[in-house]
Amino acid sequence: MKRHLLSAADLSHDDAVLVLDTARELAAVSDRAVKKLPTLRGRTVVNLFFEDSTRTRISFEAAAKRLSADVINFSAKGSSVSKGESLKDTAMTLQAMGADGVVIRHSASGAPHRLATAGWIGAAVVNAGDGTHEHPTQALLDAYTMRHHLAGGSGDLAGARVTIVGDVLHSRVARSNVLLLDTLGAHVTLVAPPTLLPVGVETWPCEVSYDLDAPLPHTDALMMLRVQRERMSAAYFPSEREYSRRYGLDARRSALLPTDAIVMHPGPMNRGMEITAEVADGPRSVIVEQVTNGVSIRMAVLYLLLGGAETA
Amino acid sequence: MATRVLDQSDISRALSRIAHEILEREKGAANLVLMGIPSRGVPLAHRIAERIGAIEQGAAPPVGSVDITMFRDDLRMRPARPLARTEVPPGGIDGRTVVLVDDVLFSGRSIRAALDALSEIGRPRAVRLAVLVDRGHRELPIRADYVGKNVPTSLRETVRVRVVDSDGVDEVVIGEDA
Repeated sequence: MKRHLLSAADLSHDDAVLVLDTARELAAVSDRAVKKLPTLRGRTVVNLFFEDSTRTRISFEAAAKRLSADVINFSAKGSSVSKGESLKDTAMTLQAMGADGVVIRHSASGAPHRLATAGWIGAAVVNAGDGTHEHPTQALLDAYTMRHHLAGGSGDLAGARVTIVGDVLHSRVARSNVLLLDTLGAHVTLVAPPTLLPVGVETWPCEVSYDLDAPLPHTDALMMLRVQRERMSAAYFPSEREYSRRYGLDARRSALLPTDAIVMHPGPMNRGMEITAEVADGPRSVIVEQVTNGVSIRMAVLYLLLGGAETA
Repeated sequence: MATRVLDQSDISRALSRIAHEILEREKGAANLVLMGIPSRGVPLAHRIAERIGAIEQGAAPPVGSVDITMFRDDLRMRPARPLARTEVPPGGIDGRTVVLVDDVLFSGRSIRAALDALSEIGRPRAVRLAVLVDRGHRELPIRADYVGKNVPTSLRETVRVRVVDSDGVDEVVIGEDA
């Protein structure tokens, strides 16, 4: 493992399987009466959130606390200082406080990379979502959930067919997932209107389709992405109804999936837009499981980055 | 130069004796739980449990495993290690007599970690320790209740326990550390 987790591409095949295996063993801790391990006692983890988030921050906080780390939540919302300077100043504050690990979410793509490589701090940096770039722990928890259902909970995802649908352009989840799933041997198809696909998507290790119905019968895991209206400054599709009709998951489309296929969503959902309530709460849905697995995955990442010797 | 100090039949006899001793001292197999410490302690625990079942002509006592990685005191001295499986038998360990099973007893630090790990899982009535080999050089006030063989060693030597389940052969070998 590298010292930081900035991108899903940082993980080799063996690293990724190690994180998933570690998470599998740590998942048992969450079922016990005493949900606590002494492993990171005396270590400080700072949650540095420059952007709103509920589930990711809570998930990281629960993970760090279950490993007995001291957790400092730093919400930088409302800061008016210009981006580069404020990040540096904040970093130097964290360094002065003796942070061992920094979990950062930032609206600017690349902020975690800057924090990790600028030499401001000595802490291990975990990217918890940066702009429209990456969200590696989300990809790991998605892979964990898929592996549990499709591959018997061990090894990699060789041969699994994953279809990711929706707003790929603004989705850090999609990018991290494509990279990680490719590393783990899965076959990925992206489905989106042309306006919601990023430039250069043809170089990604996946297939691209504009039509949702066609890949559904050959899909083991279907991941619906949130339409990120807050990041949209222009009209990417004619209307919400039109989007729903062409790219939304409803009961009819769900019925096209193979019997054992699972439906995923990174949350928060726009019910009625990219996914109907009927499917989101239906038997194929593993959306709640994804949240549970998130804590185990983040425990695994924090343990592997902070649990061992500094030179790891 | 590696010297074999126990072969397959030595190990088999030692485990049988340990099974008898456990039954004698615990006055039967009721309320017993065997917890192996990964990796080699787990197959050894299973074998002792089988023997106890055979001697008592009843069901073998439940067997579990307890991973000590997260409880080690030398965690920070090496890169983070992969975890092993902690498996708690269906009946749990509360109120039971737990026999910890490990392959080699050396500094005693693994056992200290195992005791901490056990206390996170439940509150046993008592905890005993069974090891295949006691090589001495304790660094903590810990001793074994059931010992397969005492093997005096120097600190420069290494003791390797191999079991059929993971190594294809049953033997205990002493080697000189390079």
